[in-house]
Amino acid sequence: MKSKQLELMVGLFVVLGFAALAYLAIQVSGLSGASSKDVYQIQARFDDIGGLTQRAKVSIAGVTVGEVDSIVLDKELYMALVTFNIYADVQNIPIDSSLAILTNGLLGEKYVGVSIGAEEEYLIQGGELYDTQSALVLENLISQFLFESTQGD
Amino acid sequence: MKSIQSTGLSAINSIAAFGRAGLFLIQVVLHRPKSFSGAMSLLIKQIYSVGVLSLVIIIVSGLFIGMVLGLQGYTILAKFGSEQAVGQLLALTLLRELGPVVTALLFAGRACSALTAEIGLMKATEQLSSLEMMGVDPYRRIIAPRFIAGLICLPILCIIFSAVGILGGEFVAVSWLQIHGGSFWSLMQQSVYFSTDVVNGVIKAFCFAIATTWIAVFQGYECEPTSEGIGKATTRTVVLGSLSILALDFILTAAMIGDF
Repeated sequence: MKSKQLELMVGLFVVLGFAALAYLAIQVSGLSGASSKDVYQIQARFDDIGGLTQRAKVSIAGVTVGEVDSIVLDKELYMALVTFNIYADVQNIPIDSSLAILTNGLLGEKYVGVSIGAEEEYLIQGGELYDTQSALVLENLISQFLFESTQGD
Repeated sequence: MKSIQSTGLSAINSIAAFGRAGLFLIQVVLHRPKSFSGAMSLLIKQIYSVGVLSLVIIIVSGLFIGMVLGLQGYTILAKFGSEQAVGQLLALTLLRELGPVVTALLFAGRACSALTAEIGLMKATEQLSSLEMMGVDPYRRIIAPRFIAGLICLPILCIIFSAVGILGGEFVAVSWLQIHGGSFWSLMQQSVYFSTDVVNGVIKAFCFAIATTWIAVFQGYECEPTSEGIGKATTRTVVLGSLSILALDFILTAAMIGDF
């Protein structure tokens, strides 16, 4: 009887450990949260992605509709080729929509905002958006500002 | 002249102790159990006393450390207007550093000291030598189950500690300080990678488990068979165990994070 109780407690301990591991995997690192959703992939090329990272959000009107899957350099055009995973239930993004890399707050994370176009035709798996707006790089902005202010003199 | 001589003596003694500890570890690993079920029942008894009984201190301290981290992180991050990042801060600190290190330190104080005292008392009351007289191998019967139980329990305790800490931090940040729950979790999930952060934390905990449990069983086995000797050995276990955890943590972190 004593030994059975002991085994029960040890079993509970191990189960608790596995439950905590599952919690860390699913809730904290979001392992299955993203992959379980059906997605389709689209692409876009940017002149400058600034600090955009993998798994950054893609949002329409502030609502998350997907995330950045991969970022590679397009060696022919010297542009950043970004692949997005868009949730499958958002199927009606017009093909002339434009993408912009935005920042959440002054110091916040980078995300990609989608401005909806006017076409009747919608993006499908493997589609590409051509109208892209680069990330605002603060240094460029400042140097532009200084250049313009010295030109005025 | 005498002081140089005593330095030399203590150097020789400490190197000899390292050698004995290494031989001791090899002995523990090489002495295989005769029957699987007998070994399992010994192991389960040790997992109960080493792991299950440490659960309360691990859960309570994990909860409070998570809540303190949430509170401190919030007050600092709120100055920069990015208080949503408290989830990210909480998860990365707990998974990478605080989880393994604090769990191992508590484990060294709570479980390893008890192991040393237990084995030391067995030696002082000549239970170990009488086991040998009866033809029972003390390595197989006494040392190995305790060592392996430590190796199994510390990683599990570390995972539980991190999970409870994150829950505690979430309670402070989301339920009490009213950070938006969605951005709390999504920022956390964006920055935490299972294959690096969570798994590296468990690997760290496993390395700490090897170091502290090895020190504990070795100190118990080597201690002077007097009541004073047991006290000294227990103190040495906690001190050496804690120091080795902190030193190992630096080495492991440098190996895991640095690509230099």
